[in-house]
Amino acid sequence: MLSKYEVVIGLEVHVQLTTDTKIFCHCATRFGNQPNSQTCPVCLGLPGALPVLNKKVVDYAILTGLATHCAIAPRSLFARKNYFYPDLPKGYQISQFELPICEHGRLEIDTQEGERKTIGITRIHMEEDAGKLLHDSGTGSRVDLNRACTPLMEIVSEPDMRSSDEAIAYLKKLHQIVVYLGVCDGNLEEGSFRCDANVSLRPRDQKEFGTRAELKNINSFRFIKQAIDYEVERQAEILDDGGRVTQETRLFDTATGTTRSMRGKEEAHDYRYFPDPDLVPLLVSEDWIEEIRKSLPELPEVKIDRFVTEYGIPRYDAEVLAAERATADYYDALVKEQGNGKLCSNWVMGEVQRALNESGLPVTECPVAPQQLAGLLKRIEDNTISGKIAKQVFDGMWQSGRDADTIIEQQGLRQVSDLGTIEPIIDQILAANPEQVAEFRAGKEKLLGFFVGQAMKLTKGKADPAALNEVLVRRLKAEG
Amino acid sequence: MNITREQVEHVARLARLALADEELDALTGEMDAILGYVEKLNNLDTDHIVPTAHAVPMENAFRDDRIGPSLGTEKAVSNAPEAADGCFVVPKVIE
Repeated sequence: MLSKYEVVIGLEVHVQLTTDTKIFCHCATRFGNQPNSQTCPVCLGLPGALPVLNKKVVDYAILTGLATHCAIAPRSLFARKNYFYPDLPKGYQISQFELPICEHGRLEIDTQEGERKTIGITRIHMEEDAGKLLHDSGTGSRVDLNRACTPLMEIVSEPDMRSSDEAIAYLKKLHQIVVYLGVCDGNLEEGSFRCDANVSLRPRDQKEFGTRAELKNINSFRFIKQAIDYEVERQAEILDDGGRVTQETRLFDTATGTTRSMRGKEEAHDYRYFPDPDLVPLLVSEDWIEEIRKSLPELPEVKIDRFVTEYGIPRYDAEVLAAERATADYYDALVKEQGNGKLCSNWVMGEVQRALNESGLPVTECPVAPQQLAGLLKRIEDNTISGKIAKQVFDGMWQSGRDADTIIEQQGLRQVSDLGTIEPIIDQILAANPEQVAEFRAGKEKLLGFFVGQAMKLTKGKADPAALNEVLVRRLKAEG
Repeated sequence: MNITREQVEHVARLARLALADEELDALTGEMDAILGYVEKLNNLDTDHIVPTAHAVPMENAFRDDRIGPSLGTEKAVSNAPEAADGCFVVPKVIE
């Protein structure tokens, strides 16, 4: 059914910035405090209060613009977007309209067909968030303005995506970048990264775009995919029946997985933007841009390439490690200390990740620092301990915060490889198990595993497996 | 005529102004006169003039990202016609 039409998707993402204070006043931006406790005359929209721009918001917008290859506007303006809604105390939202801070950017995504595709970014502008409306009380609606005036970036893409999968790939990439940059905490549940999707269909041979529906404020990747897929089917059915799609705003209903029209919002699109006389023009110099460029961190794509070439690990490992900046930083610090790229990636993706998952800690709070873990991995490489014992030492380090060497010494975990110690143990085992020895000598060679097991048991896992094997085989065969 | 009665009605509705018929008529005439006056600008060549967004030649007024005191819940809602549990209460918004 769908092959007749091409899907066209453009996305608008609202990114909440991680500044300490609001965009136009010095109230805190913390989430979840007592209603209206973080408000002042500016964000309450009281008459006579004057907004003053938070410089960090501009820094963050420039940083994001640079990371997405945008042109940074030397001059930009703030505008009033006029509409009435109880969560908007001033009767207008301060936003940017004609002259946004960033334009003409792009982002690369990997499609499911394994191709790299460029998605255009039309613009990035700064604006204030609205307050929060609570509908669950009896007679009226309640308004909490703690969120009012919280800084947002709106990132608008070109209508370059052709499937819900491409839309999700774009969103994940964008999410990864803003979190990497540290400009957004990336928390979807708390609304730090919210998405509106413009979806339309057109016959495959048609050049003009079809009429689009706008899907509003969906806050999980899964729901965005569901909403788009539903919308594509809905529009295809309308077109198949010879009907016309109405341009409108639609809400996604998470309970039914469907979208429904928001009635009577057409009038609200007449926003009568005009420059905000309270906010003077914003001029961004080349020097300012260069200063921000210096703080641009290494982005995931570049990091992945570097991990592969510099540390010699498989691309898969590099992608897993670079997915989150904190994990990548941990791995980077570990390899710089220890040197063996693959051993380090195995440990970070294995033991470290497992222990973090079990404890629910973020990697930034990992009780075993990269330098400490490097100390442990060195002891594997120089054969002081086996990989298996190392896991035991790691757990000890995790719980006690002590170094690997301390734990190895205290618990006597040093690997036993000198023959003077191993030979008597083997004598003991061979003497205790004459039947197995006979069977082995009669040809049942897989019993070797049994002898190794016995020796490991007696040495509490400390015997060097290579030395042990060698001695066992020699003794069993020699006395046959 | 630069502006129609319907346009004035539309703008009034957007601004949530309830206007009587006589008011609409009067305002249509007044707004038309204002637009006619501004219309004179169209006789000038403004191609190379940067649009004036502000009357004062000033730019880049910033504040640092430092937390200052807020009013607090009690003060914030103290002038509200209706408040409950620290929230402003408004007529029910139906979606």
